[in-house]
Amino acid sequence: MAAVLESLLREEVSVAAAVRWIARSAQSSEDDPGEAAALSSLQPLRKEFVPFLLNFLREQSSRVLPQGPPTPAKAPGSSAALPGRPGGPPRGSRGARSQLFPPTEPSSTAGASEAPSARRGGRRRGPGPGRERGGRGPGGLEEGVSGESPPWAGGRRPRGSGSPGSPSLARSDPPNLSNLEEFPPVGSVPPGPAGRTKPSRRINPTPVSEERSLSKPKTCFTSPPINCVPSSQPSVPDTSPWGHGLPPGCRSLQEEREMLRKERSKQLQQSPTPTCPTSESGSPLPSRTGNLTAEPADPARVSSRQRLELIALVYSSCIAENLVPNLFLELFFVLQLLTARRMVATKESDLEPTPEALDSLESPLFQSVHDCVFFAVQVLEHQFQVLSYLDKGTLKLLAENERLLCFSPALQGRLRAAYEGSVARVSLAMPPSAQAVSFQPETDNRANFSSDRAFHTFKKQRDVFFEVLREWEDRHEEPGWDFEKGLGSRIRTMMGQLSAACSHSHFVRLFQKQLLQMCQSPGGPGGAGLGEAPDVLSMLGADKLGRLRRLQERLVAPQSSGGPCPPPTFPGCQGFFRDFILSASSFQFNQHLMDSLSLKIRELNSLALPQPEPSDEDGESDVDWQGERRQFAVVLLSLRLLAKFLGFVAFLPYRGPEPPPTRELQDSILALRSQVPPALDVRALLQQGLQARRAVLTVPWLVEFLSLADHIVPLLDYYRSIFTLLLHLHRSLVLSKESKGEMCFLNKLLLLAVLGWLFQIPTVPEDLFFLEEDQLDTFEVDTVTSGHGLDGMPVVDQHLLYTCCPYIGELRKLLASWVSGSSGRSGGFVRKITPTTTAGLGAQPPQTTQGLQAQLAQAFFHNQPPSLRRTVEFVAERIGSNCVKHIKATLVADLVRQAESLLQEQLVTQGQEGGDPAQLLEILCSQLCPHGAQALTRGREFCQKKSPGAVRALLPEETPAAVLSSAENIAVGLATEKACAWLSANITALIQREVKAAVSRTLRAQGPEPAARGERRGCSRA
Amino acid sequence: MILTKAQYDEIAQCLVSVPPTRQSLRKLKQRFPSQSQATLLSIFSQEYQKHIKRTHAKHHTPEAIESYYQRYLNGVGRNGAAPVLLELANEVDHAPSLMARIILERFLQEHEETPPSKSVINSMLRDPSQIPDGVLANQVYQCIVNDCCYGPLVDCIKHAIGHEHEVLLRDLLLEKNLSFLDEDQLRAKGYDKTPDFILQVPVVMLCPLAVEGHIIHWIESKASFGDECSHHAYLHDQFWSYWNRFGPGLVIYWYGFIQELDCNRERGILLKACFPTDIVTLCHSLA
Repeated sequence: MAAVLESLLREEVSVAAAVRWIARSAQSSEDDPGEAAALSSLQPLRKEFVPFLLNFLREQSSRVLPQGPPTPAKAPGSSAALPGRPGGPPRGSRGARSQLFPPTEPSSTAGASEAPSARRGGRRRGPGPGRERGGRGPGGLEEGVSGESPPWAGGRRPRGSGSPGSPSLARSDPPNLSNLEEFPPVGSVPPGPAGRTKPSRRINPTPVSEERSLSKPKTCFTSPPINCVPSSQPSVPDTSPWGHGLPPGCRSLQEEREMLRKERSKQLQQSPTPTCPTSESGSPLPSRTGNLTAEPADPARVSSRQRLELIALVYSSCIAENLVPNLFLELFFVLQLLTARRMVATKESDLEPTPEALDSLESPLFQSVHDCVFFAVQVLEHQFQVLSYLDKGTLKLLAENERLLCFSPALQGRLRAAYEGSVARVSLAMPPSAQAVSFQPETDNRANFSSDRAFHTFKKQRDVFFEVLREWEDRHEEPGWDFEKGLGSRIRTMMGQLSAACSHSHFVRLFQKQLLQMCQSPGGPGGAGLGEAPDVLSMLGADKLGRLRRLQERLVAPQSSGGPCPPPTFPGCQGFFRDFILSASSFQFNQHLMDSLSLKIRELNSLALPQPEPSDEDGESDVDWQGERRQFAVVLLSLRLLAKFLGFVAFLPYRGPEPPPTRELQDSILALRSQVPPALDVRALLQQGLQARRAVLTVPWLVEFLSLADHIVPLLDYYRSIFTLLLHLHRSLVLSKESKGEMCFLNKLLLLAVLGWLFQIPTVPEDLFFLEEDQLDTFEVDTVTSGHGLDGMPVVDQHLLYTCCPYIGELRKLLASWVSGSSGRSGGFVRKITPTTTAGLGAQPPQTTQGLQAQLAQAFFHNQPPSLRRTVEFVAERIGSNCVKHIKATLVADLVRQAESLLQEQLVTQGQEGGDPAQLLEILCSQLCPHGAQALTRGREFCQKKSPGAVRALLPEETPAAVLSSAENIAVGLATEKACAWLSANITALIQREVKAAVSRTLRAQGPEPAARGERRGCSRA
Repeated sequence: MILTKAQYDEIAQCLVSVPPTRQSLRKLKQRFPSQSQATLLSIFSQEYQKHIKRTHAKHHTPEAIESYYQRYLNGVGRNGAAPVLLELANEVDHAPSLMARIILERFLQEHEETPPSKSVINSMLRDPSQIPDGVLANQVYQCIVNDCCYGPLVDCIKHAIGHEHEVLLRDLLLEKNLSFLDEDQLRAKGYDKTPDFILQVPVVMLCPLAVEGHIIHWIESKASFGDECSHHAYLHDQFWSYWNRFGPGLVIYWYGFIQELDCNRERGILLKACFPTDIVTLCHSLA
């Protein structure tokens, strides 16, 4: 692999050709014959390149960031796992310093002795035939660390002796990806002072033996431990998606732990204070700033620009082509480089590379902080497009980063512009939740039950359910309170009373509705928010205390998402529903729940989201899009929630902390499982989704579903084919491609983020990503077929992206922690993430009448049939939209006519020349735009006149008068709000645009010369 | 009349020491002149009921029943017109109506072949003229009319008061032009739990000190004082059930309640001692 990099460095091969070579198996005609020749000799290694590159970068950076951020996800050292494939990538990213367990010949490892280190790499496949470890390639990669005398680094192999694919050499160095010390997850290092041990990422150590070569134990490679657990005792409390019930380790495990502990303490004596760039919940890191001031970075002191530029380009191209598993992880890594604090002291000889080594990989890539920052800024420049879609907070931090300014003022300028242009748009006006599901006579009264007894039993059950829920709300944060102990028996007694199947379905309906009500809003699922105070306040203004309570919870409780790839969790209220399912442990309940969830998922997934007609003029259809986006967001978030719980329940019986220990066992499990039909035919839904170009709706929930799968699932043919589809989709989502019919940028970004996250889930085999890539071309053809779909519409906005993927916020936290660390020099701008807003929560703004009315309107729907709400919202939506059209056709049209006549007058008075067209336009606009204010009054009148009739026509005759008139009023209010919001924001621009068009029309009629001028000038002004 | 827990405890403490008679009630009124008669009466009645509950078992042992019956027989043997049963009840500190029931049951056991059913006894207590023995009928009658906390007469009064307040509430709702469904309408629609009124369009109740208003979906009228015991029973059997189905609501304890019990406002159960005055309804134009 290194050979490829080196041919790049020697400029034998162009970057473009190399990326083409990596991305596509077939050679392209664009390739230079020489290049092709150079590359074709390396053909067998093609698939290896990206993992090699990623690991290479991590490894190199580990030398530069010894105290800095733990390396984020190494690309899975997957290749080693593939029988017959040569070589795995080098591992040992932390360098020999942290190499606890000297690698041994695979054949010599047996039993528990290898266990702690072999959890990841060694466990994978046995030392079967064809197992080669050539990926480590040139020993030179390890040089930088040799000074620290790792057990195996003494013999520095001469360069070239380890040519890729050479089995004999490779074998000497089996990858040891499993070593937790070597591959600590991002954010795993406690911010505390020295002496605290590194936390472990493990859930439970399991002895590894040769027989386990097929097994797939994996901790989330990149998922950080829950907290910085100070003791070495691995404990994974609540983030485990499976909740309680992990089997305790056996005695031999204890011994292993003991060993680990010893090793760790040894290591701790050698290594300096660990620092934590992504501290839990972004809490300030007081201890760190004291002793660790960052080394200033200087562009003039970058050691080998050309080489760095080149590798940055290759790396960026791989990112751009989606050849890396997780886009945001790479960005995170790059930001870590950007914020690297200081270089570890290495031997002088290492720092002064010999001149001839400069173009090779012989010398360390990052020789100083300057190199790191230079490289990072280079990559960021290439990734600007993605960056520009990040939230305002991140953009601000990036734009204010003094290193970035120093290395690339141009990029800083673009970022600043992006920051200023970014509109923090909150599209999710979620209904207030935390209320009980309302009683609906149509479904809940006696007629819906088989007997009086069933009716009364259900009556009691509803009460017990909410009693349990209230108790949970009150007590689950108390220390020492335990769900099972506190509520378990009550829940089981209640479930025991559900005898008739019909009662089960009633209860499941209640359960599911309550789940949707409580957990759908972004406050629930780990919504880290955008860190923008106005968002929080606006949420508070309109809403009730329930929301305030949840917000407080969110701010006080440690944030569940940690690191750029957190494992799946059940944050907030979701925890209640998960624990309820676990405590109830009722087969019937689970079955009914799966049925019900599947049905609802199908229903929502196929929901025809009304598509506003493609706008003839930009901006105008925005009024429709607001509603669209909101509805899309609600549906998407509901689907994700439902799918997560479906995944949880469906895979519950198969779930365990560890995969099966032997191949025989695994085979028999596979044989059994492959004949079990899936709870929901997700593959068919995915295929339909892709075909109908609705991936943006289907994939995010599918990812949630799959994230809760057990270890066997990805090995089953059925699910394997799903993963293949997803991988192909991932590759096809090239962000830079922007053509007609392509998916919208933010849609792509959402899919890339969720897929990237999925590929890092512990249960998803790490080799999966680099495995399949054969039918790529056929896949691409598939998607482009049908015309209009959701994918091509701007349904995803930034808020939804961050709500679905709160881990993207880790980028901001990383940057913020840099600021807090280097605050002394950055002008005191300290941005801490969470707690600042708590002060604002205390003094709540007094509730406005409008807030009260909105609250009342929400409450009004609570006890009404759902159709009433749908009707009112529909009417408001349509009337609001029509109102804008009406204003355009009347008021704006009038103004344009006025403009035309005014223009005529001007032309008459000023003669044929008419003066400067741009000036003319300005005069006209300044005269006419104030009339735009009328739009609001007229709009209000329009909505008031049209809405009540529409509501009346659509609601049942029998609707009580009071209900009817309230519904009418709400519809009027909503329609007016919608129309006026759009009008007040856009009316001036609209008038300007129309007037401008009229002016150029008129001028064109006058003569071609001034018209052209007018157009040009007008464009630049308006 | 909203009392603090301390105020309430003082009244309750005072009641422990006095017998459950009208005189006691008058004394209570003098002792706590600021409290309304109705509030005191309601507390008085509740405390007395608690007392009776505590001592109920002691009066229903076979020995006690036998001894009361013998004393009754002896007493009416001496003078059938004297209030024997009433005096016996007062003497042993039991509610006269309950004492009447004990004696009547015992009497019927002796004179009928089959043991009397509950409904027969209830019916005889409601209408003592049905009692086959004239002397006993008279004695029972004296007990019932002189009992201020138990018995069919008191039940009747309580029911009437409860109904009266429901009507009062209904009038207030109509007056405020708030449209609602009442208990009967709800039952007809098949609701499994029925508060007195469900508002078809919810309102917000503003509280002077709180920043936020409270949404009200339903209103329950209670023509009694809300003490801990009764409130907790109501919460469990009624209020939470309403909340579980209809969302937040309002309970009006017309005779007041213990302030500290109004602790579920955030959750959505509000207590008031009267119909709230500062109510916000959905306006005609929102924008």
